[in-house]
Amino acid sequence: MADLKPDELIARTNFTPPRTGWMDTPTVIREGMFCYAAKPKSVATLDLPYPREWNPLDDDWKLPENWKEIIIEGMKDRLERFRTFKIFMDICVRCGACADKCHFFIGTGDPKNMPVVRAELLRSIYRNEFTKAGKILGKIAGARELTLDVLKEWWYYFFQCSECRRCSVFCPYGIDTAEITMMGRELLNLLGLNIDWIATPVANCYMTGNHMGIQPQAFVDMLDFFADEIEDTTGVRVHPTYNKKGADILFTTPSGDVFGDPGTYTAMGYMILFHYLKERYGLDVTWSTFNSEGGNFGLFTSNEVMKRLNIKMYAEAKRLGVKWILGGECGHMWRAINQYMDTMNGPADFLEEPVNPITGTKFENAKSTKMVHIVEFTADLIKHNKLELDPSRNDNLKVTFHDSCNPARGMGMFDEPRYVIKKVCKHFYDMPRNCIREQTFCCGSGSGLNASEDMELRLSGGLPRANAVKYVQEKHGVNMLACICAIDRAVLPPLMGYWVPEVDVTGIHELVTNALVIPGEKEKTVNLRGEDILNKDEVGPEEYYTRPDFSGR
Amino acid sequence: MNEKYLYSLMAVIALFLVAYAGVEAVGLQWLFGIIIPYLALITFIVGFVMRVNDWARSPVPFAIPTTCGQQESLPWIKPSKIDNPFSTGGVIIRMILEILLFRSLFRNTTCKINEGPRISYVWEKWLWLFSLAFHYSFLVVLVRHLRFFLEHVPVCFKVLDKVDGFLQIGLPGVMLSGVVLLAAAMFLLLRRILNSQVRYFSLAADFFPLFLIIGIAVSGIMMRYFTKVDIVGVKELTMGLVTFHPHIPDGSIGAIFYVHVFFVSVLLAYFPFSKLMHLGGVFLSPTRNLRCNTRAHRHINPWNPKVKVHTYAEYEDDFREKMIGAGLPVEKEL
Repeated sequence: MADLKPDELIARTNFTPPRTGWMDTPTVIREGMFCYAAKPKSVATLDLPYPREWNPLDDDWKLPENWKEIIIEGMKDRLERFRTFKIFMDICVRCGACADKCHFFIGTGDPKNMPVVRAELLRSIYRNEFTKAGKILGKIAGARELTLDVLKEWWYYFFQCSECRRCSVFCPYGIDTAEITMMGRELLNLLGLNIDWIATPVANCYMTGNHMGIQPQAFVDMLDFFADEIEDTTGVRVHPTYNKKGADILFTTPSGDVFGDPGTYTAMGYMILFHYLKERYGLDVTWSTFNSEGGNFGLFTSNEVMKRLNIKMYAEAKRLGVKWILGGECGHMWRAINQYMDTMNGPADFLEEPVNPITGTKFENAKSTKMVHIVEFTADLIKHNKLELDPSRNDNLKVTFHDSCNPARGMGMFDEPRYVIKKVCKHFYDMPRNCIREQTFCCGSGSGLNASEDMELRLSGGLPRANAVKYVQEKHGVNMLACICAIDRAVLPPLMGYWVPEVDVTGIHELVTNALVIPGEKEKTVNLRGEDILNKDEVGPEEYYTRPDFSGR
Repeated sequence: MNEKYLYSLMAVIALFLVAYAGVEAVGLQWLFGIIIPYLALITFIVGFVMRVNDWARSPVPFAIPTTCGQQESLPWIKPSKIDNPFSTGGVIIRMILEILLFRSLFRNTTCKINEGPRISYVWEKWLWLFSLAFHYSFLVVLVRHLRFFLEHVPVCFKVLDKVDGFLQIGLPGVMLSGVVLLAAAMFLLLRRILNSQVRYFSLAADFFPLFLIIGIAVSGIMMRYFTKVDIVGVKELTMGLVTFHPHIPDGSIGAIFYVHVFFVSVLLAYFPFSKLMHLGGVFLSPTRNLRCNTRAHRHINPWNPKVKVHTYAEYEDDFREKMIGAGLPVEKEL
């Protein structure tokens, strides 16, 4: 990908579809656009079917003899279990409102990335096998035979959808391509056709408690290392607790933030916040090494695998006897918690309905799952003036906010993060309305596609997001992209590096704890990243807006 | 010419010829005026009910509404009660707006990559506007036709007729609904043919109902304004159908009438087996018709599977020594 410059990538993108119909245009599996095949060991760890070595570029995918039968049976089974699947197969009128809403279509111009066509890949087989019109009229009714090429096409395109649900916002019937992709991936998994970037994190999470496969002693080491770093910049030693029975709250967050920059600064942010709450208010928050993953790549595999990974959250909360669970900044984790967890592994009747003991706020909206988002929690603390904040410590930043797909369209968390950011930073500028909130664009790497081998796909798919960031960079001098998702923190830096150099990426709790005045801290001269914060910008946000000759206007 | 719309156009022309020749040459008025309409109506009703029933048989294992606005969370944050409905009332309003005003389609934008590059997303209202015009004019046309099936036309329908014909052009007065229906159907058809993206994923099954509805509108307009049919005979036939005393009136009604009725019959019979079922499906779409209160109320999955899990005890067995070494508490000592 390094060899393709941004201009060249854009120039290649053409919205005019080919002359041949999509059924007659063979799919070519191209390097840079797909992730490597699942390793047999990872597939076997969860006893999922057909673990084997295979290569997407090979002709022979080493499928079981009766693979067609397995797929058709799998479709039948899912049609009976999911009303969504049945209805979404039947009622699309192909109005095309979804077509140019997909970041992968906008970025690649590949017409099979139009959500409607992605769904038609599956619908064409549905019609052929399950509808009379399809059986009798065949291609005229939009039906086609299930062949090896069709299966490969499914694999290629169902792993070019990040399940972001942007198209479903615009669909007059609410047809959700994420749901269709999830069905497609469940079917592919029946044949062992997962990608390794999903299968191995799933196996890791199952065995060691987190996607990264960080073992308990290493997890403690890493957080200890962060504690050293925190001590260096703030002069305060924080003492996180692990697997502590009888703590007030169990904290769960994606292991990605423990593993790689800039997520690590967000992890440090959590640690500082919990230290602060312990010192000031005696709140006891514990981490768990067993439940050391908030994310759930099972969501990208099958509902059963999602359940098998998610079950640990309640199991660990029960074992430790905490009151309720606090969840960190993560995207798809919150889709799983908000829309699946209680149904799958509830009722969590052994936990208490969550109340913030510091402010007395009852989190009514989470009274059944007993799980609160940390941004909801922090917003509540700030609203009640329970955090001493000095936002001028973030004066070196001009911040914009990327609504992550899942908290946006699978939850609706829009105002809480903006409230928190505005309370801890003086310079905040939203991106244009069609690119934020429920219309937000995916980072291009969601749903397990954040590998390195599919970088061209990721950079193409991330174009709409990056382009909107570029807009506020040019207009307002934005230099920091805040987000509430660990995958975002891992994938947005290379995306920004490619399309919008000089915009960095941060989690909200890094910003919060930069501004947080910690009891006993030394005079801060640098932030968690070791960047100088004394060089404060003297220009207020209002003035910034009206500067006439700001470069890039 | 694209084979997809060619097939559909040819099919509709063939249907026209079948009905026209059937009545004019063979004299099968009873077939096209009585048998086929009855069969079509039965197919429509039975097929529609069966299809909806089939959908309803599949459970909704997970509550996965698309949240298109601010969630209900902290008391001082204003939730979006319609786009992210926490309550049943909100869901009802969301559904009403979706079904009656096509709210989601109203959001439609067109994406363009401009110089720079700067990607723009411009509000695209035409699809929404013409879809709305199409569906509402179709509804008005349908309601107007009730006068063929009722002995005494209720006052509200007479008012509708007045409104519909308020332009008072020509004799008989031009009914707006018919003209709008034809114009909107033509827009949708031309959009499918001329917009290369839409053409790319359109199926024959997308063109067929459009051609058919255009056929219905044209034959209806022909009858009303141009070729003229024996309106008393028409009412005699339709009243016979509706009172279950079907008979073909004496004297010729005009073949165009039978073509019109045949087109409508085909549309009715085709309906339950096609995408036209979006009429029923829009009510059942789980991304729109569920409450967004999934953390406050547990949604039940009737087939919630038993799954194999890796327990904490097994985890501790795997790592006990290392955990103790790192100072982590354990359930069982070494």
